Amino acid sequence: MARKNSKHLLPGFGLTVGISLFYITLVILLPIAAMLLKVAGMGLPEFWRIISSRRAIAAYQITFSSAFYATILNGTVGLLLAWVLTRYRFPGRRILDALVDLPFALPTAVAGLVLVTLFADTGWYGQFLEPNGFKVNYTQLGIVLAMAFTSIPFVVRAVQPVLEEVDESLEAAAESLGANRWQVFTHIIWPTIFPAFAGGCVLSFARSLGEFGAVVFIAGNIPGVTEIVSLLIYIRLDEYNYEAAAALAFVLLLVAFLTLVATNALSAWQTRYVERSA
Amino acid sequence: MAKRSKAEITLIAAAFLLAAFVLVVPLALIFSFALREGLAVYVANIVEPNTLHAIWLTVMTALIVVPVNIVVGAALAWLVTRFRFRGRQLLISIVELPASMSPIVAGVVYLFLYGGQGLLGPFLQANGWQVMFTPLAIVLVSLFVTAPFAARELIPLMSQQGTEDEEAALSLGANGWQMFWHVTLPNISWALVYGAVLTNARVMGEFGAVSVVSGAIRGQTNTLPLQINLLFNDFNVTGAFAAASTLTLIAVVTLILKSVLESRRHG
Repeated sequence: MARKNSKHLLPGFGLTVGISLFYITLVILLPIAAMLLKVAGMGLPEFWRIISSRRAIAAYQITFSSAFYATILNGTVGLLLAWVLTRYRFPGRRILDALVDLPFALPTAVAGLVLVTLFADTGWYGQFLEPNGFKVNYTQLGIVLAMAFTSIPFVVRAVQPVLEEVDESLEAAAESLGANRWQVFTHIIWPTIFPAFAGGCVLSFARSLGEFGAVVFIAGNIPGVTEIVSLLIYIRLDEYNYEAAAALAFVLLLVAFLTLVATNALSAWQTRYVERSA
Repeated sequence: MAKRSKAEITLIAAAFLLAAFVLVVPLALIFSFALREGLAVYVANIVEPNTLHAIWLTVMTALIVVPVNIVVGAALAWLVTRFRFRGRQLLISIVELPASMSPIVAGVVYLFLYGGQGLLGPFLQANGWQVMFTPLAIVLVSLFVTAPFAARELIPLMSQQGTEDEEAALSLGANGWQMFWHVTLPNISWALVYGAVLTNARVMGEFGAVSVVSGAIRGQTNTLPLQINLLFNDFNVTGAFAAASTLTLIAVVTLILKSVLESRRHG
């Protein structure tokens, strides 16, 4: 093949454009468009009535507040794990590092099955927790734990690479100027890892909002108490109420889209931060 | 080795304790419950016809979805890392979209395309094509939810590697395919395997999206995760854990492969 003096020096532009556009249109865009058409066809008053119904609002509250608590939990746990895995060398570190990804590798239905069994009143954990007033199964606490479990790796994997790159000479300089460890952390390390930490939290929150498999096992699915949005959509489908399912799915789709925008903005922020400090 | 500070020991201990309670005990529980009635019952649970069919359907789905998404992921990564064009960033964002939405929404989206109430469903059904509630629907929705997985691994690697090797091959007279087979593919092979492993794990474990489009017909369109749910709802807990143990084994193998591939990549 002759190399033409064009901006495409390498071959394969036509072929890969063809494959990519064909696939994206058929597998991703067409189905999403079909649902958007369904929503557009129902008219604004009907759409609004569905998404602002009392049961829907209760489901948003449960879903968003549970995802929020799960994210706080994961932010803390994720920071601890990322710190230990990058800063310290100890036997078993590689196994611990590999184990962190278990919640991503384990199917959500299996995660749900395990959690509901662990926290049953006779379960390995439940038998100690329930007599002390911690009821997990069929409560919001169960939803929070299921959401937290399935999204543990996000914060760890977001923070880990940035923590590895923190300039150690800066830390040494601060220490030589009399800063204690806590000051080094809050003034040097924390500002550097914050964009990545926030990005990991957004991903963890988004995943928690959409989590279905693990939650349905443990939540008990009581309307207004432990009914998350994904489950309400599923119930509406079972009732052949397709309009309601489409409208509620549209709300979740919009949230997913906003998350994607937020993640992109955060990663741009992080890139700028890295360039500025370099 | 320098003496560890008190804080260091506390933090490492906290991390191990956390991992034990949150990750190791659940893993142990799966196999303990699957085997609690003995090996014979375990084997009987696995070879129960509906569970066996679910295993077969899950494996077949993965065998179709993983290669397709690997090829498409490689094409997409080539396109966005080797060429600059308008809409490039948009393309990446669109491919990321399926992974950021709830699996239930993914299922709903497909229902409104191929279902009886959907955009193409009535037309297809009139011509004798049933997509919804068939294995085909399971394959399509699995393609959708794992669309970005391979590209995600390939894009950072290929943009970091740059185009020098490939340009050198071309200037030495290689044609496009020769360049791809002898230069590009060896450079990205580990990331490809890694992408395949992650795609496979998600396809085999997908629950929400598949539960919407499959109809969960026993012995027909029931994948393993759905079968686990059915057995659990039938109060057959040991059977549910037996089915779950197969997927857990795949998850453990996935973690081991991931760990090995990552250490290889970092040299």
